[in-house]
Amino acid sequence: MSNGAITTTAAGLAGQTIKPKVSSEDWIMRAVLVGIALYLLITMVFPLYAILSKSFENPDGVFIGLSNYIKFFSTPALFWSIQNSLTVTLITTFIVVPLAFVFAYALTRSCMPFKGLFKGIALIPILMPSLLPAIALVYLFGAQGLIKGALMGQELYGPIGIVMGECIFVFPHVLTILLIAMANADARLYEAAQVLGAGKIKTFFTVTLPGVRYGLVSAFFVGFTLVITDFGVPKVLGGKYNVLATDIYKQVVGRLDFEMGAVVGMVLLVPAVAAFFADRIAQSRQVALLSARAVPYEPKPSRRFDMMMMGFCMLIGALILTVLGTAAFASVAKLWPYNLSFSLNHYDFDLMDGGGWDSYFNTLELAAWVAVIGTMAVFTGAYLVEKSKGFETGRSMMQFLCMIPMAVPGLVLGLAYIFFFNDPDNPLGFIYHTMPILVICTVTHFYTVSHLTAVTALKQMDPEFEAVSSSLKVPFYRTFIRVTVPVCLPAILDISMYLFVNAMTTVSAVVFLYSPDTALASVAMLNMDDAGDTAPAAAMGMLIVGTAAGVRLVHMLLSHGLLRRTQAWRYR
Amino acid sequence: MNDSQAAYLQVENLTKMFGDFTALKDISLDVFESEFVCFLGPSGCGKTTLLRAIAGLDIQTRGRIEQAGKDISALPPSERDFGIVFQSYALFPNLSIKRNVAYGLENKGMAKPDIDARVKELLELVGLSDQGDKYSAQLSGGQQQRVALARALATSPGLLLLDEPLSALDAKVRGHLRHEIKELQSKIGVTTIMVTHDQEEALTMADRIVVMNHGIIEQVGSPNEIYDDPASPFVADFIGTMNFLEATIAAPGRVRFGAAELTATDADGLQAGSDVTICIRPEDVTTRGVDAGTDNAIKATVTDLEFLGSVTRATLNVAGDDSLEFRADFSANLMRDLVIENGKDVTVAFPTDHLHVFTERVQTEVEV
Repeated sequence: MSNGAITTTAAGLAGQTIKPKVSSEDWIMRAVLVGIALYLLITMVFPLYAILSKSFENPDGVFIGLSNYIKFFSTPALFWSIQNSLTVTLITTFIVVPLAFVFAYALTRSCMPFKGLFKGIALIPILMPSLLPAIALVYLFGAQGLIKGALMGQELYGPIGIVMGECIFVFPHVLTILLIAMANADARLYEAAQVLGAGKIKTFFTVTLPGVRYGLVSAFFVGFTLVITDFGVPKVLGGKYNVLATDIYKQVVGRLDFEMGAVVGMVLLVPAVAAFFADRIAQSRQVALLSARAVPYEPKPSRRFDMMMMGFCMLIGALILTVLGTAAFASVAKLWPYNLSFSLNHYDFDLMDGGGWDSYFNTLELAAWVAVIGTMAVFTGAYLVEKSKGFETGRSMMQFLCMIPMAVPGLVLGLAYIFFFNDPDNPLGFIYHTMPILVICTVTHFYTVSHLTAVTALKQMDPEFEAVSSSLKVPFYRTFIRVTVPVCLPAILDISMYLFVNAMTTVSAVVFLYSPDTALASVAMLNMDDAGDTAPAAAMGMLIVGTAAGVRLVHMLLSHGLLRRTQAWRYR
Repeated sequence: MNDSQAAYLQVENLTKMFGDFTALKDISLDVFESEFVCFLGPSGCGKTTLLRAIAGLDIQTRGRIEQAGKDISALPPSERDFGIVFQSYALFPNLSIKRNVAYGLENKGMAKPDIDARVKELLELVGLSDQGDKYSAQLSGGQQQRVALARALATSPGLLLLDEPLSALDAKVRGHLRHEIKELQSKIGVTTIMVTHDQEEALTMADRIVVMNHGIIEQVGSPNEIYDDPASPFVADFIGTMNFLEATIAAPGRVRFGAAELTATDADGLQAGSDVTICIRPEDVTTRGVDAGTDNAIKATVTDLEFLGSVTRATLNVAGDDSLEFRADFSANLMRDLVIENGKDVTVAFPTDHLHVFTERVQTEVEV
């Protein structure tokens, strides 16, 4: 080869942009990624479009512009719900966030004993459908309540009841976020503050608070979203006090006014989406505060402070246990409050409306499917978003799609499914009123948090694993199965657990989608409570809590054993 | 290297853009069979980008790469022929050391006994025969890096790429492993490219060094060439220690530095009166046996002494011009023999064969 020849070819090529060859593996990755993106499009974006267009139509499906919205905003009974919703939501959030903050502070920054126990108790409400604390409050403060005097003549049904119920319901969620934010304290900052002569209070305001400020903001918005979109508590305790979440249900199930239901849904979407974006911003900043060199903070014992903190935790723990205990007691009391002898009559669900024991088994079936299918879809999707090469547009669109479900309230999603899947023109209409639609809806509803868990785990993996594999000519799916999945097993188990528990306890989305054959336990609770069968509703609630707790325990033991076998490399 | 031999790896006019940022500007380079080449440069100089382009991990925007006569410019990594070792080792944590090394072999449909034999051979090669059943977390950093090396070599690739393989290790292990990798490479004769920002690593290991800066190649040459005859002020500054001194051309081949006039072959073709920078390494400044009559002699005063152990680095002011300051390394016995101390007047010389002249004025930056 002469030098001249090289120069000519090189010069000829110099100006030409190289188009990287896409390997067959890349095509497989892209195809799967597109498949999962299509799933999210069909199960979320299209239904949302259906509900949006429905809100601009009359019952005959004719476009009528903003008429429905004008009707909504000119009917006081309807638009007052906005104010009501915001009122109870803000009050709840402003009560819960400080309480959870102190609780998290006690767990992370004190040396009090029994931290694990207190944390466990505080997290119990996660295992409950939100209907359950509400029902327990009825037994405590309702017309025949044990301690109704404590309300000093005030009515439980209405804002007071809603706020009390929501406080219990969202406490563990807010606590979890604050625990994560506080776990990441840098001991060096505290040492510096001490060396510089700052007192405890000054240190708190100059080191502790700034360190967790984004966590606090995030906790606030997550609490806000959970409360404003929650349906269970106001359904039981709302009385005549209308909030947006119950309005959607009333419009659709009570008055069969689907168009107005769609309008209320769109209105509810506004604060949920706003809170979602605020939370994303806060979360992204929280991450930036962490540096790899941080030295973990170790609290030092201080008898007085530790005792104070324990006292506080005991108080909160006692409240939660009281609520749980009341529900448990009511479910086995023969006839509250007249005959409190033990009886399992209320567990004979087949005698009640709502679906009987079948609904419980349907729920188990749903939760199992959601856990299996959801985990596989979520983890594979997250892997492809994180690790596939090129195809930037597709990946960032997928990333965006994965984030949307978090901003969509369950009720809105459920209603959207009616409009989309019950449309006679939809070829997918055959899944309407079946178990698959419940599975699909629930997977989509809880997609975002699972996706973020998977992404976090994947980001912790060495980014060069894929490069090494391809240099060794090992196809990506082999490395995915042999390395990625085993290394991420703890996160995968967490995701499946999260999906399972949420599938068991959720009411909001599925309340519009079940059929007589696919009645669910949480929906049965709702219907039994509606029919005045409060004690069986409590019994069903206890069954859900017990099952969720049991499954959680089994999951814990299983994953412990599994981790010991497959994660031997983690221990020296 | 043998220039008449065809290059094993040819990089032609490679350009890599990240958005508006040009990470590599029209890079051309030949690497020969069995050669050990180091890409050396400060962070952000494009050395890792070039390595990743050669691997196909981040394919170049423009330009051509040919390996063993085959155009691989647009091929994905899986269709190229290389083994790679990263700074992070990237060992699969859930697989034993043996399984890590066997990873690429298992996929090739080799029989199990053959795989076992090959793994055994490789682990022997890197001196870890007895560690095969452990997991990577149980090994030290140096051991992990050796496993990564064995894994990369397992499939007998034509090209071995090392991306800052020693940077995560502590100094002592680094020195040891440096030697081992070099020995291993010459034993099996695999063509190797290593990226490093550590000049000592490059000088001790490489057959040829490619010094890079701001996306271009500043110089390609053997360690001796790079050190003794830097092609640009950047190379002179980046490798070793160098005095950069302002001077003017007195006549072709002669530079005026302060009161002295020095002979410099580099200045042969330069216009009298033009400003230049002259460079000399502190260790090349001579003083023993130097007097006013020696070639390139300069009178100077010692203003500062910095004790570095076997040598002492002296800062000297040129007599009659306080603004001209340079450094010279004096050995311990020279310090003793000549009784060098602060304030002492000495005569030193800048030997012609160690004196470099650059036409640019150079602002030397203090490295932190």
